Amino acid sequence: MFDPKFRPKLHPIPRLTQALVLAPVAAGILGTVLPSLGWMPVIGARDWTLAPWRLLFALPGLERAVLTSLTVGFLSTALALILVIGLLALARDTLWLSAARRTMALLLAMPHAAVALGLAFLLSSSGWVARMVSPWATGWVLPPDWPTIQDPWGFAMVAALLVKESAFLLLMALAVESSLDSVRSGALARSLGHAPGEAWLRTVLPRLYPRLRLPVYAVLAYGLSTVEVALVLGPTTPPPLSVLVTREFLDPDLSRRLPAAAGALLQLGLVVGGIGLWALGERILVRLARPWLSAGPRGRDAPALRLAARLGPALVLPLGLGGLVGMGLWSVTGQWRWPDALPRTLSTTTWSRQADALAWPLANSLSLGLAVALFALLLSLGCLEAERRSGRRPGRVVDWLVYAPLLVPQVGFLFGVQILLLAVRLDGTWIGVAWSHLLFVLPYVFLTLAGPYRRLDPRHATVAACLGAGPLRVFLVIVLPLLARPILAALAVGFAVGLGLYLPTILVGAGHWPTLTTEAVALASGANRRIIGVYAILQAALPLAAFALAVALPAWMYRDRAGMGDPWR
Amino acid sequence: MALILDDLTVLLGGGPLFAPLSLTVEAGEVVTLMGPSGVGKSTLLALLTGTLDRAFTPRGRVTLEGRDLADLPPERRGIGILFQDDMLFPHLTLAENLAFGVPRGEGGGEGGGNRQAARWTKVEAALAEAGLAGQGSRDPATLSGGQRARAALMRTLLSQPRAVLLDEPFSKLDATARARIRAFVLDHVTARGLPTLLVTHDPEDAHGRVVTLDPPSIPPDEY
Repeated sequence: MFDPKFRPKLHPIPRLTQALVLAPVAAGILGTVLPSLGWMPVIGARDWTLAPWRLLFALPGLERAVLTSLTVGFLSTALALILVIGLLALARDTLWLSAARRTMALLLAMPHAAVALGLAFLLSSSGWVARMVSPWATGWVLPPDWPTIQDPWGFAMVAALLVKESAFLLLMALAVESSLDSVRSGALARSLGHAPGEAWLRTVLPRLYPRLRLPVYAVLAYGLSTVEVALVLGPTTPPPLSVLVTREFLDPDLSRRLPAAAGALLQLGLVVGGIGLWALGERILVRLARPWLSAGPRGRDAPALRLAARLGPALVLPLGLGGLVGMGLWSVTGQWRWPDALPRTLSTTTWSRQADALAWPLANSLSLGLAVALFALLLSLGCLEAERRSGRRPGRVVDWLVYAPLLVPQVGFLFGVQILLLAVRLDGTWIGVAWSHLLFVLPYVFLTLAGPYRRLDPRHATVAACLGAGPLRVFLVIVLPLLARPILAALAVGFAVGLGLYLPTILVGAGHWPTLTTEAVALASGANRRIIGVYAILQAALPLAAFALAVALPAWMYRDRAGMGDPWR
Repeated sequence: MALILDDLTVLLGGGPLFAPLSLTVEAGEVVTLMGPSGVGKSTLLALLTGTLDRAFTPRGRVTLEGRDLADLPPERRGIGILFQDDMLFPHLTLAENLAFGVPRGEGGGEGGGNRQAARWTKVEAALAEAGLAGQGSRDPATLSGGQRARAALMRTLLSQPRAVLLDEPFSKLDATARARIRAFVLDHVTARGLPTLLVTHDPEDAHGRVVTLDPPSIPPDEY
């Protein structure tokens, strides 16, 4: 909003940020395309050939793997979106929404791997749910033989993604909705005779969805390509495409890298095609819904809809929370015999025995998580302050660029990134891992901060400048303190996201930098449930602590400032 | 000691937003600038403060006490502004708000500690003048609308501006407070001999000489 000629330029920061994010993504994709065509001099492959693709399609179970990925991606995204829409439209004035909102914030803080492990605790055939209903209801004296998790269709994965992504989408939707004056437009539609649910669907949703589109695409991209959720809950023979490709990449036989690169591109195509298909579906739905938008009121919301809106969260919330409680319980379990509903004895032995083994991954999780979140915050602040000073309208292009690492599947470019880092000798280093984390942390930090930053009343800065304050003083004394809440929230979000990263840590770190997440996923197949519980609960507890601090700290700092009320409400 | 606008307008997409305005506001004089909503009153004020959106291009000249303002950043123009909202910084106390704009090099002329003390003495005196003596540690959000408006004026005056802009500063006050605050503000700016430009669309707020901001004679899209 400022006359540009008076403002010190901050150009380098947005440029640097884009370079830090886009260069690895672009180089990563290139570093995947070339090997898929037979060009990978490091391992002596210099023939341009389609052989890697033939090898890929010869992999047993490939079609099945692709099908599983598609099922999981589309089903989890559609269900999460429906759940969020139902909750906002039809559970508006109920306690459900406020309860769901709080719980969902809790679930949002937990890494995907922790949610998946929690669900495995609950749902596995010898898990908590089976124990609670056995043998009196099921007649099972031994854990049943059929698969409840790692089911061949990937439904367990869908459940875990549904828990995580509906939390993400709900909070994103609430943030957008707060700027839409939804209460008044809903009230107006109701005064014209529309039932509350239909009023929301007709007046708010059409304005809300366009701004929810990018998060939805990110959710779809993640569901189509997740590795860590698949490793914990997904089918194994064959696994979803992402895991199949990762396996090939990690094969000691380096020549397998070539079909792996082809597989990574197939995964990329799956995500790009999937998003395209989703966008097409959006258009068709919009066209079909057009007449309905202006149709007259019908009086009541369909009872089935109302029921579904309550049923969805009633199923999802216990899954997420039950998993969290289950993990905690198992980590302090002494003896827990099948089919007892609760452990017979409790003990802290697991914790004390694991203390030594925990120290190194914990230290890595903390150092990477904090440093990367802080760096991402500085870059985001620099970009947003540059934008404010230049008076440029926030461009959608910027947002898309920032979203790039979330829309491109991790397996689609991380292998190429590995090669890039090899070239600059950063592979296997802390800096290299931190950089790879930054790609995924920065988008969330930026997006958490961008809304509040852009909504800041420009007159505050004008008044401060007219009182004689230069740009730096305005930034330090006015802008930063006014944004204390979103800044701390962005830090917490960045920390939580970084903590949950699996594939970048494994691939770029080359095993040198184990974190709580990589250890927990590694333990998931087979190890002692108590130990998994310890890792999983820590993984969930750290981001929760960060979020608690991000809420408590500004509340305490501004305890005597009524005008600094919680902007999230 | 005058604020002089010379053939001033703002271009948007090639066309002027309003007919070029020439105006001299003498020291201690209040000039009211009126115009229909949307004609660009706030844009004109942004041009004067140096915070014009980059979508606009300024045309013409502004001088204050003989200095051309075009090359000065907002913080060095010596122009104070009051908006219709008081814009007290919500994270600072009342006294901190007032102290924000008190120049640091002023007062005492002796040691730094004395200078600091002199700044706070000024703040305390200003608070007393606004009827808020001894209440410097209060949270601005707990003040009444009238108190906040007086505090905002004091904050602006403490920064020792050479001219003052009033952007519909009374429109959000309730009817009883409005007349008193209006008198309070206008008395203070004229008593200090400041050239003051009052922008409003409400004839009731007008004071002194009234100038109208007109739409351009040829609509912008036909330029």
